Amino acid sequence: MSDNFERFTNCAVDVLSVDADQVVLDATFESLDADSLDLVELVMALEEEFDVNVEEEELDGVLTVRAAYDLILSKL
Amino acid sequence: MSRVVLVTGGNRGIGLATAKRFCAAGHQVAVTSRSGAGDDLDGLFVVKCDVTDSESVDAAVSEIEESLGPVEVLVSNAGITRDGLVLRMADDDFSDVLDANLTGGFRIARRVVKQMMRARWGRIVFVSSVVGLGGQAGQANYAASKAGITGLARSLAKEFAGRSITVNVVAPGPVDTDMLAALSEAQRTAMLGMVPVGRLGEPAEVAAAIEYLASEDAGFVTGTVLAIDGGLSMG
Repeated sequence: MSDNFERFTNCAVDVLSVDADQVVLDATFESLDADSLDLVELVMALEEEFDVNVEEEELDGVLTVRAAYDLILSKL
Repeated sequence: MSRVVLVTGGNRGIGLATAKRFCAAGHQVAVTSRSGAGDDLDGLFVVKCDVTDSESVDAAVSEIEESLGPVEVLVSNAGITRDGLVLRMADDDFSDVLDANLTGGFRIARRVVKQMMRARWGRIVFVSSVVGLGGQAGQANYAASKAGITGLARSLAKEFAGRSITVNVVAPGPVDTDMLAALSEAQRTAMLGMVPVGRLGEPAEVAAAIEYLASEDAGFVTGTVLAIDGGLSMG
């Protein structure tokens, strides 16, 4: 597991109250029982962790861990 | 169950009465004021906070979180008046009151609601005013800020309803506080004439309503505006 994904996973575990092994690239946020508010909260945690800035509209269509992780990576 | 309660503007008037009531009920109560001081604050955790400054809000809430834990009940009460007739009201008189009373409530709610989300439980009560419902000559700025609180509160109520966070508003009528003491005798008499109950309210009577809205029992009450005004707003 890359260091970045580990940091991502830690944020997800913390914010979404899920187990680390549930945070896999193909997991949907729905399957993690995360709604839009959870997603916003997760992104806020990721912004802080990775020191990046995500605009509200960039979250459209972000339904999976992969999409969210790619979005953060694209800003590093 | 003991909760961590934050009352902004809790050093006097309705805020202080509310803080004392929560304290007497066994809760851990923090109060903020601009000066970080006040009389008769025994048993309260007093923090300096300027609600017009997001950094000040953040620092104050962080201090409370470190000492007492995450805020579970917010009573957003801090407010100012700068009365005057519209024709003589400067832009600053209007915007400063909006910034403190309305945007200040937004800043503090935004800061504490994150932890409430985490906890899947929270209570937010905004202290508005009967003039936010009916308007008041000489208080366009204050009335606008208090009316705005209703829109803010109801939006928060909808955004966070799924997290068992309720958001409500109390709208006191004339209550015996320093703020009312600033009125002239003629103004007080005129105001009393409009109150069917025929007397001023007591801060403790507003505090009792706030305590209910913040209680476990009020979990099905959200987005409501509760007038505590001796019948004044019945029209």
